[in-house]
Amino acid sequence: MSTPDRETSAGLVIEVRELVKKFGDFSAVNGVSFEVSGGTIFGFLGPNGAGKTTIIKMLTTVLRPTSGSIRVNGYDPLSEQRQVRSSFGIVFQDPSLDSEMTALENLELHGVLYGIPSGARKQRTETLLKLVELWDRRKEFVKNFSGGMKRRLEIARALLHEPRIVFLDEPTIGLDPQTRNHIWQYIKTLNAEQQITVFFTTHYMDEADRVADEIAIIDHGVIVSRGTPGAIKAGTQSGSLEDAFIALTGQTIRVEEASSIDRMRTLGKAWGRR
Amino acid sequence: MGPQMRVIYILCLRQIKRYMRARARIIGSLGQPLLFLLAMGFGFGPIFRKAGGGNYIQFLAPGIVIMGILFTAVFSGIEIIWDRQFGFLKETLVAPVSRLNIALGRTLGGAVVAFIQGLVVLVFCLIAGFRIEVAALLPVALLAMFISAVLFSAIGMALGSVLEDMQAFPLIMNFLVMPLFFLSGALFPMKGLPEPLMFAMRADPVTYGVDSLRGTLGRASLFGVGTDLIVLGAIATMLVSIGAYLFSRIEL
Ligand SMILES: Nc1ncnc2c1ncn2[C@@H]1O[C@H](COP(=O)(O)OP(=O)(O)OP(=O)(O)O)[C@@H](O)[C@H]1O
Ligand SMILES: [Mg+2]
Repeated sequence: MSTPDRETSAGLVIEVRELVKKFGDFSAVNGVSFEVSGGTIFGFLGPNGAGKTTIIKMLTTVLRPTSGSIRVNGYDPLSEQRQVRSSFGIVFQDPSLDSEMTALENLELHGVLYGIPSGARKQRTETLLKLVELWDRRKEFVKNFSGGMKRRLEIARALLHEPRIVFLDEPTIGLDPQTRNHIWQYIKTLNAEQQITVFFTTHYMDEADRVADEIAIIDHGVIVSRGTPGAIKAGTQSGSLEDAFIALTGQTIRVEEASSIDRMRTLGKAWGRR
Repeated sequence: MGPQMRVIYILCLRQIKRYMRARARIIGSLGQPLLFLLAMGFGFGPIFRKAGGGNYIQFLAPGIVIMGILFTAVFSGIEIIWDRQFGFLKETLVAPVSRLNIALGRTLGGAVVAFIQGLVVLVFCLIAGFRIEVAALLPVALLAMFISAVLFSAIGMALGSVLEDMQAFPLIMNFLVMPLFFLSGALFPMKGLPEPLMFAMRADPVTYGVDSLRGTLGRASLFGVGTDLIVLGAIATMLVSIGAYLFSRIEL
């Protein structure tokens, strides 16, 4: 069920204009515009609560923006959901596997949801599970996997249907350095060989520095800096991306607003928010 | 199978697998109807007979079968809350398939699981002394059980789509499912009761599930099996639509 890429004038795979998301009175995303060209690795950095995940949710059709416009692979996530959804694969920040099923069952379900013919599904499942070194454990329940194994399985799943774009929301969280290197190696290869666009977030600045072609830094729902890692370091006269990040976003820890909102969320949760 | 059917099928299969694997859950959800069957059946039997009601197990069993279906189906529907909490829901919400089909797969999965549970309860009722009076009507009884299962599963889906927290779960069980069960006439006959109570009972969809089984497994339908099935079918269709609509509006 693959959807043709829609021609975009400048080869842009993601276009975001004046995007706003309000939760009540609070603006989590406050007028964000950016674009990502096809085939690049785009790093989206920002302190906790900056609005990264919220933007990814709106790009991936699971959250409606308050205002602004979005194009993903040339399609509108609000009115052309199916086309947008078949364009991307995603690793969410939070777990999203069915832990009561085996690794293989999780991938099979994904394959059926994405309409992959069963022959191709089996073959790609094997390739990907071998790549993330889970092939020997494919028949085990996911609930018995370690955190790192679960993450690897989610990455394999996101790539199963050969998407044009992958969203990776903190994909390497909780992984050891070996696995992190391994996964980024693979993602870079995939990006180089198949021109897959990679949109990722991370709190590991060295990682972003190494893999990203381009970076946007977001804080309090607005983009504060944009460019290649080199340009961002040069612009702030910093030796490392970490120093540049701190120069741009300040020293304060972002807990105050998050905690009061968390309290409201817990209250509102039992009855739904709509 | 077309791709849309495959989606419905695999989501349905997922629910059945999860149910079959959770042995504790099967036993747990059997416990309640069996407890009712034994405690009520043997405890109230003599009084019921003295009051001229006949054999109480014969009266009670259809209600207990529906009870088994009701609790399992609502529970399966509400599993959405679990899936939301443990994250799997996201995987289905970004998939390039219509949410309607996802909702249908889930509703059907919950219904199949509840139907199986109903069959098991029925077997236990037979062991406890219940007799099926007209064997030829058994297929109609099974149909009624299945439609009821779809209806209750759709209730669970609708609730699971709007509630976001597991903390709401006991609330639903105590303030919705239990009252629906008690108002269904599963435990006592709908005769000579105050009018407001009778009205509430007639408005309760579970009533028609119980009545349809009384008419097919026994011979004591109040509204007529045909009416029961039409009412059940109409309410099920309506609730499946509502459930699917609410599901399609879920945001993360
Ligand atoms: N559903 C919601 N209701 C209310 N507020 C929300 C909701 N989702 C997110 N927020 C708030 O929006 C802000 C942005 O959250 P978001 O998850 O996008 O941050 P993030 O940049 O991904 O942070 P992190 O790096 O910690 O993952 C936070 O203040 C958060 O509390
Ligand atoms: Mg985040």
